[in-house]
Amino acid sequence: MLGTLHSRGAARGCKDLSIIQANHLTFTYTGASKPSIQDISIGVTPGEFVVLTGPSGCGKTTICRCLNGLIPNFYSGDFNGDLIVDGMNVKEHTTAELASHVGMVFQNPENQLFSLSVERDVAFGPENLGLSREDTRKRVDWALDVTGIAHLKDKPPYELSGGQQQRAAIAAVLAMQPKVMILDEPTSFLDPKSALEILEVISDLNKKLGITIVLVEHRLDIVSSHANRVIVMDGGQIVLDGTPRDVYGEHARLIGIGLPRVTMLFNLLQKDGLKFPQTPTTVDEAVDVLRKMLSR
Amino acid sequence: MIETEGLKFAYTGSSEVLRGIDLIINDGEFAAIMGENGAGKTTLVKTFNGLLMPSAGRVKVDDVDTHDSSVARLSRDVGLVFQNPDHQLFSETVREELAFSLRNFGYREDTIERRVAAILETLDLARYAESSPFVLSGGERKRVALAAVLVWNPKHIILDEPTIGQDYQQKDRLRNFIIQLNAQGKTVIIITHDVEFVAECKPRIILLSKGLVIGDRPAEDLLTDGALLDRASLTRPQVGMLMHQLKDYGLPERAIDVYSAEQAILHALAREE
Repeated sequence: MLGTLHSRGAARGCKDLSIIQANHLTFTYTGASKPSIQDISIGVTPGEFVVLTGPSGCGKTTICRCLNGLIPNFYSGDFNGDLIVDGMNVKEHTTAELASHVGMVFQNPENQLFSLSVERDVAFGPENLGLSREDTRKRVDWALDVTGIAHLKDKPPYELSGGQQQRAAIAAVLAMQPKVMILDEPTSFLDPKSALEILEVISDLNKKLGITIVLVEHRLDIVSSHANRVIVMDGGQIVLDGTPRDVYGEHARLIGIGLPRVTMLFNLLQKDGLKFPQTPTTVDEAVDVLRKMLSR
Repeated sequence: MIETEGLKFAYTGSSEVLRGIDLIINDGEFAAIMGENGAGKTTLVKTFNGLLMPSAGRVKVDDVDTHDSSVARLSRDVGLVFQNPDHQLFSETVREELAFSLRNFGYREDTIERRVAAILETLDLARYAESSPFVLSGGERKRVALAAVLVWNPKHIILDEPTIGQDYQQKDRLRNFIIQLNAQGKTVIIITHDVEFVAECKPRIILLSKGLVIGDRPAEDLLTDGALLDRASLTRPQVGMLMHQLKDYGLPERAIDVYSAEQAILHALAREE
């Protein structure tokens, strides 16, 4: 099982330690006039929680498709540079081979679930790996347990709430025991409470199991407390890369990134002439700063 | 005016999705329908343009019972933009997609051309006019779906989850656009989970839970009612959370957007000095 807890945020960009390493990655879809992603070079170390953000059409989804091999295996186009994920060059492996290394969760769980019971859906991946019944059983039970839906295993997915369906989709990916999980706006169809719960599940996968997370999200309000790294893309390129606090500066605002509302609020207060040690990126940090200011 | 009386609805063989809804949405109102996944929000608005007929009770649009009309007739006045654009788009190019309904309604070609050009501009889609809707990103396809409805200028506009997949700038545009439509006298009804978006637009909020209306109040009232939000699986907006936690320091809970919070904090600090 995935028991190791990787150290977080260490040795960023160092090739030997990277679980994701992109070198001058450029991809142009067949028929497109310009590349969707251009000259991307990044390294992600095991155990990082990376939020990938940027305006619509900036290339986020294209990067996700590269990370699990959908590009170049299923989408045709011009692929240049290299992308190594968990030691595998995506150009040299099939999506099926990559699936037990990189898991992918999409916006709408309905598109990902297809069986008559949650348990069948979660078992699908391990069975296709050719695992024994017993090993499949173990993995399914474990994945259902980690995502908190063991009690729903016999239910048909279409009877579940949106939040439960997304847990099932995550469990199905988790059962493949990937070291990296890519999640493309996994909470956008969910009501706010279910969205926060799903983010807790994702955060647990990262903290307790050491799974490297790449989460695509526009709404930085709800993800900033979980992420230790934010990568901002614009026009197919990486324009900012750092901790949430590093990134949420003026430049991010200028290219239209929706900063967390508390960060926006403190940027306004700063313009009003107020001074504070550092700009909060989460509600808890903002509460602390304001309490001190108001009780002086 | 859209009016429902004792509206109930059940899909064949299932339990009731809507369990008795009485609502009046006046002309020119801006309302947000919120509530947990499965609360019945989309089902409710599908009764407004006759896509679904009540199992009991009735729905009236501009004083006409939907039973006595047709989807084709109702759609001219009630424009419904679906959550998933792929359920709506089918043409070869964005321009064709937008012209389709106008041709069906029998408009002249020069009027069609003018209206399509205007809506392409308004929704930042002009550069995609000759592209297939299906090569666009998810967020862009959503804007095409919105444009395809707005182009025939319905009196009442219903948007199902318009902010999903939209980046911050597009949401900002969408907000301004909704305010503009509303100022032109259109009724605008949005279904949304996006508490941040609602905190910034401040519409009337109709809160649905398990097929019933459990709250119907202005945004500042409803988004500060913790118990009610909890019942509908919603959260306070981020600034609302901050103000709530600092209410003992004299900050107003009703300051739910960045700008009103800024003023409230400056005011509180000035008082301290």
